Amino acid sequence: MALDDKKSRFKYVGTTPNRPDGVDKVTGKAQYGADITAPGMLTGAILRSPHPHARIVSIDTSAAEAIPGVRAVVTGKDFAPVEDQGFADIGETCMARDKVLYDGHPVAAVAATTPAIAKAAIRAIKVEYAPLPHVTDVDEAMRPDAPVVLEGRALEHVPAGMSQNVTNTCEFGHGDVEAGFAKADLVLERSFKVAAAHQGYIEPHACMASVTSDGRADLYCCTQGHFFVRAVCSALMGMEASQLRVTASEIGGGFGGKTTVFIEPVALMLSKKSGRPVKLVMTRDEVFKASGPTVHASIDCKIGMTKDGRITAGDMTLRYSGGAWPSGTIEMGAQAGFAAYDMPAVRTIGWTALTNRPKEISYRAPGAPQAVYAVEAVIDEMCQQLGLDPLKTRLKNAAAKGTLSSYGVTFDEIGMVATLEAAQAHPHWSAPLGPNQGRGVAAGFWFNFGGNTCVTLNINTDGTASVTEGNPDIGGSRASISLMAAEELGIRYENVRTIVADTASLGYNDNTDGSRVTFAVGLATIKAARAAIKVMCERAAALWGIDAEAVDWIDGAAHPSGPNAGKFPPMTLAEIAAQSFQTGGPIAGHHEVNVDGAGVSFGVHICDVEVDPETGHTLVKRYTVVQDAGKAVHPTYVEGQMQGGAVQGIGWALNEEYIYGKDGRLQNAGFLDYRIPVASDLPKIDTVILEIPNPGHPYGVRGVGETPIVPPLAAVTNAVSRTIGKRMYQVPMSPPRILSAIKGA
Amino acid sequence: MKSIQVSTTINGDPVEFLCTPDEPLLDVLRNRLGLTGAKEGCGTGDCGACSVTVNGRLVCSCLVLGVEAEGAQIETIEGMAQGETLHPLQRHFIEKAALQCGVCTPGILVAAKSLLEKNASPTDEEVRYWLAGNLCRCTGYDKIIEAVQSAAAEMRGEV
Ligand code: FES
Ligand code: FES
Repeated sequence: MALDDKKSRFKYVGTTPNRPDGVDKVTGKAQYGADITAPGMLTGAILRSPHPHARIVSIDTSAAEAIPGVRAVVTGKDFAPVEDQGFADIGETCMARDKVLYDGHPVAAVAATTPAIAKAAIRAIKVEYAPLPHVTDVDEAMRPDAPVVLEGRALEHVPAGMSQNVTNTCEFGHGDVEAGFAKADLVLERSFKVAAAHQGYIEPHACMASVTSDGRADLYCCTQGHFFVRAVCSALMGMEASQLRVTASEIGGGFGGKTTVFIEPVALMLSKKSGRPVKLVMTRDEVFKASGPTVHASIDCKIGMTKDGRITAGDMTLRYSGGAWPSGTIEMGAQAGFAAYDMPAVRTIGWTALTNRPKEISYRAPGAPQAVYAVEAVIDEMCQQLGLDPLKTRLKNAAAKGTLSSYGVTFDEIGMVATLEAAQAHPHWSAPLGPNQGRGVAAGFWFNFGGNTCVTLNINTDGTASVTEGNPDIGGSRASISLMAAEELGIRYENVRTIVADTASLGYNDNTDGSRVTFAVGLATIKAARAAIKVMCERAAALWGIDAEAVDWIDGAAHPSGPNAGKFPPMTLAEIAAQSFQTGGPIAGHHEVNVDGAGVSFGVHICDVEVDPETGHTLVKRYTVVQDAGKAVHPTYVEGQMQGGAVQGIGWALNEEYIYGKDGRLQNAGFLDYRIPVASDLPKIDTVILEIPNPGHPYGVRGVGETPIVPPLAAVTNAVSRTIGKRMYQVPMSPPRILSAIKGA
Repeated sequence: MKSIQVSTTINGDPVEFLCTPDEPLLDVLRNRLGLTGAKEGCGTGDCGACSVTVNGRLVCSCLVLGVEAEGAQIETIEGMAQGETLHPLQRHFIEKAALQCGVCTPGILVAAKSLLEKNASPTDEEVRYWLAGNLCRCTGYDKIIEAVQSAAAEMRGEV
């Protein structure tokens, strides 16, 4: 039996069939987090701190407990401490212990027979706080005299003498940066600020927990990774993982924001104490105040360039804050910043500091948009000063196969040059502009991930296949997985059904994040299909009375091959499956792996804007996304990822930001004041998919979801700056900021 | 708070329910009647995920009281398909990949249907402005606009 490891001609992969969950989702039948109910279910509600930083002196829940219909009250005291620091931090974001660390930090929760009673009970809880000084800005938090958010959390390698808020530092790079700057004709250093943005999924966090008195529990929730949810929740509840079954509901968007827990442990504890199922759903206000936004950032970026546009060196210092707990996102930013370029000398230094804000969580390509924004904006300003073409200049410096990247990896086959060339060739790049209009361009990069993955593929006796995987489907991944299974088995897409199974049904699967699902789950599905094919070849060989080695699998059927195999007509998958009970029993394949070999992805975005000089309002007039996706398994869904990611970036560039008042409270916790793009804000988002195969995947898949949010911050900034004739150094570029740039010095 | 009895018509069916005077129609649909197709994205009229029609008028059901349903005709996403036959908008949304996570989809479909009832041949700009009250965080709206336009063309008998 011979199987090609790599495939480049496809029958099903690359087509665009309808997704299996489509009908449920257009008819209102699909069950999202808040749609799940159980008999006897109670409603939960959470009391949150109004202070950004305070010591909890006392919590009196007696009045709440006395209200008829209140069945359970929970505070931080109900949770035993856990050893694992990461889980302990997550637990503390879900329920404060001694201190509250941000506006919106949970301090108590109730479960009651109706939502109205739950609300009344929350109001009846009396909390005495001793307010402490607070800090919500990363630069202020790094000052030695800043209020300390948490003590003793700095990693060992953080130099002594800094504020205790500084918890992490990192450095990446190669070459002699100073020597590089000495060779430059122009050295430009600029400072930037990037506000925290929220993932802004339309479905608030929601879950339903049911704990029984013999220590078993079921949890339904909208999540990007129910195996991680099980790991955290079982630790916080002091349960064995096997006793907690977590089922992922359909998920109404996540973008990284649903890769952790915020309410699930609380719902479990309420259910445990009340003996009843408990549903807990966040309001939108709670989503903004107390579920993870991104880091906010302050960045200094210095680049040296020759007159003809060759970059000689780059040096960048990044300061990120991920809120009140240590965060590792800085490392991804520091690695990604200069990754698109072949840098003779490069250094990126990162710092993380604690602030009185909610704990950050991933948002598409976490850490990268901020760092890449600074690099792409400085390059654009240098092109303006030196009179260089921004795309040609990027091409001159583009990373390629063999380039030593800014983060230490030497690149294999990558698409940076092809992506820039495709942008150059696109009609958008040479289209004329109108008055008050300008054009910006920027590149972007994301690593893409593999990770732990576990897939089972069952061959049914009627000749169909069922794929069981463990990664929640956010945007059509069940269709992509079915396509790859169909391709490998040689049966029709319609004959494969892929389901996302609960935590009791499969081994551990990492979260749906990092653009890993189509790549890693796809790879495991292909390997699981190959395992099933091997069994089917053996069954055919046994029926024919020949060696299994002498059987090939071609187009969905076993074929005798080789000189001694004999002349048997091909035996189809359906025929083998129908006889499986007589030939050894049911047929299945499975594959478990920690996937390596993710292929990095580059994107280039072109953006035209029109800025109203009276109001400072910016309208995006035209937008084009060019990206190397590797093999596009379902090209329409790939386009959708590119468009959706780009629009999130546009929103961040122009509008979206967490605004904290001097009192340390979040001032815009709602969609009215935290304004995400609406349909009338936007033009058509044009897409160009390049398919440079990833050598690390049998079909060449790279993963596509993260990269598209990386270029827009700079693409829009460069367009606005060129339009108004003043450079912008802060994101978002809200109308007042643009007006003051136009009017200012 | 004492509950009030309400008689109404939902997707053509006679329905009676009890609700408190301050209870939003969205909560009645979702929590009392099991009609969970309308979603709560905000509860403050900012996202459109809860869109339904009341006597033919497009509303955010989170901003309408349950008691206002008395004697009214209410249409929700659950009433859009006829048996096994999807409405052209529903079909084109699937075919054109106008949904990713799909949580905005019920609201957008209800809003788009109400647009096409008023204006069978909207321009792209008219579709974009009509749907400006319906947030979608996943798609960037492009494929939604395309799906509405191709469904509209089919409904006009052009394909
Ligand atoms: S839930 Fe009604 S508009 Fe958002
Ligand atoms: S498809 Fe996810 S919000 Fe619209």
